[in-house]
Amino acid sequence: MLEVIGVKSLDDLFPTIPDDSKINQELDLPEALTEWELNDHMDQLAAKMATGPGVKTYLGAGSYDHYVPASVPFVLSRSEFVTSYTPYQPEMSQGTLQAIYEYQTMSCALMGTDVSTASHYDGATAMAEGLLIAVRKSRKNKVAISAAIHPFYRQVIHTYFEPTGFELVELPYLPDGRTDLTGLAGIEDLGAVGVQSPNFFGCIEDLGAAAEATHDKKAFFVAGFSEALAYGLLKSPGSQGADLVAGEGQSLGVSRSFGGPYLGMLGATKKLMRILPGRLVGRAKDMDGKDGFVLTLSAREQHIRREKATSNICTNVGLCAVQAAMYMASIGKAGIKELARLNHDKAEYLKRKLTTAGAAVPFSSPTFNEFVVQLPSGKEAAYQRLLDKNIVLGLPLEKFYPELSRCYLVCVTETKTKDDLDALTKELLS
Amino acid sequence: MTEKVGTTGLVLSEKLLWEKSRPGRCGMSIPKRDVEESPLDDSLTGEGPELPELSEIDVIRHYTRLSTWNYGVDTGTYPLGSCTMKYNPKTNERQAALPGFAGAHPLLPTEKAQGALEIMHTLEQAFAEITGLDAVTLQPAAGAHGEMTGMLVIHAYHKKQGRQRTKVLIPDTAHGTNPASVALCGYEPIPVVSDENGILSVESVAAVMDEDVAGIMVTNPNTLGLYEENLKQIAALIHAKGGLVYGDGANLNAVMGIVQMGKVGIDVMHLNLHKTFSTPHGGGGPGSGPVCVTRELEPYLPVPRVTKTGDLFDLDWNRPDSIGKLGAFYGHFGVMLRAYAYLRMMGAAGLKKTSQLAVLNANYVKEQLRDTLHLAYDRPCMHECIFSDKNQKPHHITTMDMAKRLIDHGYHPPTVYFPLVVEGAIMFEPTESESKDELDQYIAAFKAVAQEATENPDALHQAPKATVVRRLDETTAARKPCLAG
Repeated sequence: MLEVIGVKSLDDLFPTIPDDSKINQELDLPEALTEWELNDHMDQLAAKMATGPGVKTYLGAGSYDHYVPASVPFVLSRSEFVTSYTPYQPEMSQGTLQAIYEYQTMSCALMGTDVSTASHYDGATAMAEGLLIAVRKSRKNKVAISAAIHPFYRQVIHTYFEPTGFELVELPYLPDGRTDLTGLAGIEDLGAVGVQSPNFFGCIEDLGAAAEATHDKKAFFVAGFSEALAYGLLKSPGSQGADLVAGEGQSLGVSRSFGGPYLGMLGATKKLMRILPGRLVGRAKDMDGKDGFVLTLSAREQHIRREKATSNICTNVGLCAVQAAMYMASIGKAGIKELARLNHDKAEYLKRKLTTAGAAVPFSSPTFNEFVVQLPSGKEAAYQRLLDKNIVLGLPLEKFYPELSRCYLVCVTETKTKDDLDALTKELLS
Repeated sequence: MTEKVGTTGLVLSEKLLWEKSRPGRCGMSIPKRDVEESPLDDSLTGEGPELPELSEIDVIRHYTRLSTWNYGVDTGTYPLGSCTMKYNPKTNERQAALPGFAGAHPLLPTEKAQGALEIMHTLEQAFAEITGLDAVTLQPAAGAHGEMTGMLVIHAYHKKQGRQRTKVLIPDTAHGTNPASVALCGYEPIPVVSDENGILSVESVAAVMDEDVAGIMVTNPNTLGLYEENLKQIAALIHAKGGLVYGDGANLNAVMGIVQMGKVGIDVMHLNLHKTFSTPHGGGGPGSGPVCVTRELEPYLPVPRVTKTGDLFDLDWNRPDSIGKLGAFYGHFGVMLRAYAYLRMMGAAGLKKTSQLAVLNANYVKEQLRDTLHLAYDRPCMHECIFSDKNQKPHHITTMDMAKRLIDHGYHPPTVYFPLVVEGAIMFEPTESESKDELDQYIAAFKAVAQEATENPDALHQAPKATVVRRLDETTAARKPCLAG
């Protein structure tokens, strides 16, 4: 091969790089391992993680512990899905394209929207970009977001908005844990409103009222969520008047994996279809009139519109979207309803047990599978005591909301049994 | 000629999921109820989503059949220029699936997540070494997200200097996402034209550089597969006027262990773990786009930062100058794990050899096809080479026709119609993964297609024929969009 090229050695392949730009010594990197050494090394590192059968975590807050049937990772691992690129050549990418089209369809059913994108990075970026396109479309300047949106999501929204010149204002939460919408009427130049439901405290918001109050201001309403499973049971955000729906789909068969990759879900009414960021798959006919699928409406995208694009997103999380589609196809209509119901009922069971045992539940609004619990004073050491026994009670909230001292966000999914919940109550408050 | 890879195998048809749905089926075991029902107000609950009802075997057959309509690196050569479709080692998948990692909640107290934090810390150090830069964030979720992160860092830097700037220089040979990333940060992209050799000249940059320019976004090697020979001088020029140099690392696969971009004037650079570091593309992600910066820019990186004190790893959230957060948690950890496995198996010598072989393969393809296709720039290339359809145009054959005919031969075509500076571009990036035998077969297939272009152009116009669907009408699809069933 060197002869065909006309050089003598591999080092001669770089004549256009100036000599003073080349490095002379080898990079300082860890020594190369064999596959077997790597396995040992990784096993040791994995053992330093508090996961597995000996550990019980009641952490939710944007990352949820749900069962995933073996069939999903098995069929997802098909090389043809895993090792392909973005479907630029549709004739040899129909597998990915149909799978994404089906994902979009099922996502629309879950979110109650007319259209859904092929995916966004995660719930936080989906929400940030959803708010961004909404306020741009409104031609107004202010965006109001609820203080009960996940604190990390709010941070991401702030980061995305920082250089844009749009102004972000925060809506406080009420004593019952829901967003206080009364201030909306007084905000001038309001272009978009963002509310998450269930919100960060697990409380189910009145999305219908929020949509109405937003529309009264001729602004767009963006409904967010971090727990997609909730919409197996709850009224969909789209059916309650949301213009855009943006959230996290990790619960639909995607592993927790220390925070990512997850699945940003983003849906909208038909009216907003042409300003959505990211990929969309649509139906098409081939030369013989046969049905197929293509990436479509690319006139919105960066490679055509360059700096006028609705977003810069290119690679998204296609495989996670396919994973979620496989999960939704497996669980089905009746299954998702029952599973969501079970999550709610188990969380309610623990809520009752804890209150009976002396803990407080500061927010009275109905919740789905997580809720805030306040330990009685004098019981502050319980969190650490449980941690030493490999039980992670939940997320301490004081760091995010200084007013919520001794408060923890506790999540209960189908993976916890009644015995687990009884044991937790006993450990915590005995 | 060797035997053609593409043949007409048995192609199974498959309906849409909901066309297979039958009431009462469920493909998943629903956990037993061990607590009583608790009421929830009717005003809150809905009918539940209309998901299809399928048994487990229905689901498995559905997706297995769909997968056979796809083509991946594991199926065959996939020389998509600018995408680095290298082989994805299977041990990566083993490591990412370890229950200790796959089951880890991101908000575990850090003392309970030492394994993950150690991997992130080691990865950051390795990327700093590879790029010759000082500090790294792993948080960006993809290449374009890394670009945005880098531009936000540049934006925050200028703000801190007390005077925001308004423009960013973008060469015509830069990556396609660059102008949109710049616009997201409120800057106006200013195009810079490359010279007759396909690279940037110091003069063309000097002509547009002023003190309203926040910086330049350079892809090096650029999207013509050429090394930016004047980069050092250009960087000096930008720095002299207070600007910063952004390096798009999409093409890093050409220069690992050969050039450290931080040492030739780059201040901020993103990497694509799903390109250079062997993590699979998944038909459109998940990717990962770490951003590497100079010491001076470290304070602006997103929170949290991974820290190490003694043997203990922790997360530091207290960074007052930070641009904030770019994602819900710490980035695509599952992708980082795969890249980590790759790095640990390659070592320094392995990475350098990777780049040498990637450049070898691209130059080999260039030499073998130069009499068949028009070579856009007749210079030594890096990891990719760019042709055009100029030779075939007289026969009314376009790049697209040749690409579609290659599919019938059993291959994924190269990148087409990009970069925009070459009309009818055909952009090959074979990567280091392809052996000479594989390349020779691909080259032979391309030559056969070019031959056909002169003798039987209609075969190209009609291609592809061997796929589950033929050429699709994208215009009607966009005019009357149907995005859900």
